Amino acid sequence: MSAVLWLLVALPLGAGAVLAVTGPRLDRWVPAAGVTAAVATLGAAVAAALLRPTARAPLFAGTEAGLAVDGLSAVMVVTVAAVTAAVLAFAVGEPGTRGDRGRFFGLMLLFSGAMLVTVTATTLGPLLMAWEVMGATSWALIGYRWRQPGKAAAADVAFLTTRAADLGLYLAAGAALAGGVTTLRLDALPRAASPWLHVLTAGVVVAALGKSAQLPFSFWLSRAMRGPGAVSALLHSATMVAAGAYLLLRTAPLLETTGWAGPLVAWSGAVTALALGLVAVAQTDLKQLLAASTSAQVGFMVMAAGSHGVAGGTTQLVAHAATKSGLFLAAGAWLTALGTKRLPALRGAARVHRPVGVAFTVGALTLAGLPPLSLWAAKDLVLAAARTRGTCLYAVGLAAAAVAAVYGVKALWYVTRPLPPDPGAGYDTERPGTRRVSRATPAPLLTLTSAGALLGVLALPGPASWLRRLAGAGDEPSPEAWELGLSAGVVLAAAGAAWWWAARPAPAREAAVAPVPRAVVRGARNWLFLERFARIAVAGPVLTLARALAVFDDRVIDGAVRRTARGGLAAARLARRLDDDGIDAAVRAIASGARSLGRWARRPQTGLLHQYYAQAAVGFAALVLIILLVR
Amino acid sequence: MLSVVTFWPLLVCAVLLLLPRTLPDRAYHRIWIGATAAELALVGALWAGFDTGGGTQYEQRARWIPGAGVGYHVGVDGLSLPLVALTSLLFLAVAVFSARERRRVRSYVCLFLFLQTVGTGLFTALDLILFFVYFDLSIVGMFFVIAGWGDGERARAAAVKFFLYTFLGSLALLLGFIGLYLAADPHTFDIVDLTRGNPLAGRGTYAGLVLLAIGAGLAVKTPTVPFHTWLPPAHTEAPAAGSAILAGVLLKMGTYGFVRVAMPLLPGSWRQYALTIAVAGAVSVVYGALVALAQTDFKRMIAYTSVNHMGYVVLAVGAAGTLAGTDAQARSLAVTGAVTQMVSHGLITGALFLLAGVLHDRGRTYAMDAYSGLAARTPRFAAVTAVAAFAALGIPGFSGFVAEFQILTGSLASQAVATAVALTGILITAALFLTALRRMFFGAPRLPPTLPDGALTDLRATETWSTGLLLAVALVIGVAPRWLLDVVEPAGRTLTGLVAR
Repeated sequence: MSAVLWLLVALPLGAGAVLAVTGPRLDRWVPAAGVTAAVATLGAAVAAALLRPTARAPLFAGTEAGLAVDGLSAVMVVTVAAVTAAVLAFAVGEPGTRGDRGRFFGLMLLFSGAMLVTVTATTLGPLLMAWEVMGATSWALIGYRWRQPGKAAAADVAFLTTRAADLGLYLAAGAALAGGVTTLRLDALPRAASPWLHVLTAGVVVAALGKSAQLPFSFWLSRAMRGPGAVSALLHSATMVAAGAYLLLRTAPLLETTGWAGPLVAWSGAVTALALGLVAVAQTDLKQLLAASTSAQVGFMVMAAGSHGVAGGTTQLVAHAATKSGLFLAAGAWLTALGTKRLPALRGAARVHRPVGVAFTVGALTLAGLPPLSLWAAKDLVLAAARTRGTCLYAVGLAAAAVAAVYGVKALWYVTRPLPPDPGAGYDTERPGTRRVSRATPAPLLTLTSAGALLGVLALPGPASWLRRLAGAGDEPSPEAWELGLSAGVVLAAAGAAWWWAARPAPAREAAVAPVPRAVVRGARNWLFLERFARIAVAGPVLTLARALAVFDDRVIDGAVRRTARGGLAAARLARRLDDDGIDAAVRAIASGARSLGRWARRPQTGLLHQYYAQAAVGFAALVLIILLVR
Repeated sequence: MLSVVTFWPLLVCAVLLLLPRTLPDRAYHRIWIGATAAELALVGALWAGFDTGGGTQYEQRARWIPGAGVGYHVGVDGLSLPLVALTSLLFLAVAVFSARERRRVRSYVCLFLFLQTVGTGLFTALDLILFFVYFDLSIVGMFFVIAGWGDGERARAAAVKFFLYTFLGSLALLLGFIGLYLAADPHTFDIVDLTRGNPLAGRGTYAGLVLLAIGAGLAVKTPTVPFHTWLPPAHTEAPAAGSAILAGVLLKMGTYGFVRVAMPLLPGSWRQYALTIAVAGAVSVVYGALVALAQTDFKRMIAYTSVNHMGYVVLAVGAAGTLAGTDAQARSLAVTGAVTQMVSHGLITGALFLLAGVLHDRGRTYAMDAYSGLAARTPRFAAVTAVAAFAALGIPGFSGFVAEFQILTGSLASQAVATAVALTGILITAALFLTALRRMFFGAPRLPPTLPDGALTDLRATETWSTGLLLAVALVIGVAPRWLLDVVEPAGRTLTGLVAR
């Protein structure tokens, strides 16, 4: 049984590793091999979802690496594998960098393999490993076209931001061990002893919010949009951002145990859904709009996880994954064909490339949450759960749903306009477009968006209770009839207003926004200035501190060493002087004294006999004198 | 068997000196690779015959200076065997890498063979004086490597600084050893006997002073902040192969001393000062990472990340001495992590220093600002460096993660604040490596102005093989660490037991 599970994770990881190191020579075969591996992974995922295998291996002393497919994981593995297969099928048609397709397909497979490990991990060890590998591969994927300026820097921002949040998981692992959960099993985490339980929960929450691009980490998602379209379609729909939401859904019992974490998470999600929804409305770049909407939509999942609405959150996750990957692929197809992702320039794009246009329309309507499409139904499940946390949360969630209708409609409005007289004028702002859509493009696009639109059946009473059983969530609330009606009314009204407003001439629109303070509008356009804030509050001080410490290290610490060395030399010189001018001088003085004495002693010895007699006479006289005096 | 493993490189060196001087450089190089490969095979045999639960093995005892309590006593256990293996692997990689060395090749090869004997000898020594002799000889050997094959006057100055600083450290170490010797009854320098006897149990201040002397001596070698400033100039001026050995083998002598000598021989004092040690480790982690972040010289930056990486080891051994609020599992996890980190740092930083050597060989400078967009011209060099950088910043799948994860999870319970502070080191190292990669490899291509156009070669076969070998082993440990941990864990448990007594 466990063979299926090992196959499920080893297949994409192994194939990805192999493809990533193939050189330019095998470039032609790479796309086919990559898609084959992805489809095989999808097969393994379906098999795993049916067989529910478990596998374990010893990891570090006492801890173990466990993988298992339970209900929630079953949904996740199929979603991840399906979206990966569709996105790779789309990427076949994308003109890749020559000689570099191995790197692209390999990294995509590695990435999705890491996501599969994340959603099947039953202990913190493999979860953290896969979590970090996802981060690293996302860096390589966002910076895939590193030759173009700004791409590598964008990848750095995305990776460093998510890794800053990832520190939470390291902390959580240590806290789990300290709190007595020696196996590091996820389902045993709520049994950790206090106060480690709270440290552990805080770590998990921070890591999840960071990965999911929730406030205050959302800005990395904006930077991540510098990556290729297919990368955005995979990373920012079913994986990466979904991983954070998944982790919170998985650890919902832990959030409940602490008491404070549930409300905190629910409110983080709700505020993100609303604030980033407004950011999405303010964007004029299609990919930026989609990115902000991703943060906002994931906010609903986070809100569900914090309100013990696991089934609702899961439905939202699956439906959003399919919808959003389709939308990103459509944006990517237009970017390739037309060379732009600016909304005003994309007027009429949906009319030119019909299959892409149809897919985008379905996706945008789903994203807007229009009834009866899937995200409307999913959001109602989420909102029903949120209502158990209080009316306030429910109201914010409903407002966020209305905002979602606005940004969904805004994107749709632009691309469905009649083609302007000179459409080419706005094209090629990013790179020269090919003016054609590859034959490989429409199939995965339509599959994804129609699946996204239809997955709402999961929210119908029958399938919903099935999903609830699957996710192990027993008594979650279902939306009441009036809730359904209310949300449908609010969303339709917001969508209608957005359409009507978009259709008005530009001066009238300007006048309509005039009452909104300029700062708010600028804030929404610039992603709430989150990145600037992170640079000023975190990156800047750290860099300044680093430079100051480098100077300190050189001048003070090494300076002390150098001074000690110089002190040693000075002491040595002093000792030399003492030695030369003191001890040795005394020795020399004694020697010269002796020498002069010797010289004096030599003087009488002249060798002349008469002088000797004279000396003897003097000596004798002196002797006599002494005797006379003494006596 | 162990003595054969230890002295085989020295024997080859002696044979080399007997060969006629007219032999071409390539012949010396071939012999060198052959000798180090044979050494690796010998160590492989040692590993294969090692019983993981069997404590100290392959022991050999011989009388040496019995009057002074000094004996020739060698053996390996789970703490030393991985380091012996690391030593033989690193020297093989360095031998392969040094194919293009043209300056006094005979002396060069001989010096490295000598250093290999010294390194292997130190990790197998079970007598304090034997340990000390190897400890000192390593300084001598590395002094000649830096002074003789570094670049010019600055290299000689760095070599002198390196020698005097670390020599001072080893004198402190000797003082501590004599303190241990005098306390033992009968007087002995034998590590096994001293461990069993625990002569300084309950000897408050005296034991504290002995730990201070030994700790200071080892801290200089490790190096721990603030005794680290000899490291950056020594690394920057040493040839690539010398840097790799310095980081991979010589620094380990300091951290190995903690687990082999300081902890089991002075358990009481170790527990008493565990907080100080853990704090020193955490400071090294964060300080090393921050100073590295501010560097503009690629090799100097890697040198400071060594301070950071070794700081984790010091943090872990400090945490392993804190009994309050922990269980034995967490402490032995920390010790196992520390040993894994030693191996991992040797592999990854060794590879990084070799790559820095490649950079210098191509562009004649380590200044990161001098390069840009290298990935376009030297894709293989860029790819291998990127992999090494990610391995160094602790990405799972490489050994660094296995080590750091164990250290951090094992240390949090006992030293919560120090570990939480050290956690930020993970993020700062990520930032500095990514910045370095971006500056040098991505963006618009630009090369140092001194370089003639078109004279940029990608990694050569020997360079690829040597760095690839090290990174491949780091990858294997990162993906399937059990074969290493099975060896280290029992020894780690024994050590935590010894510290706790």
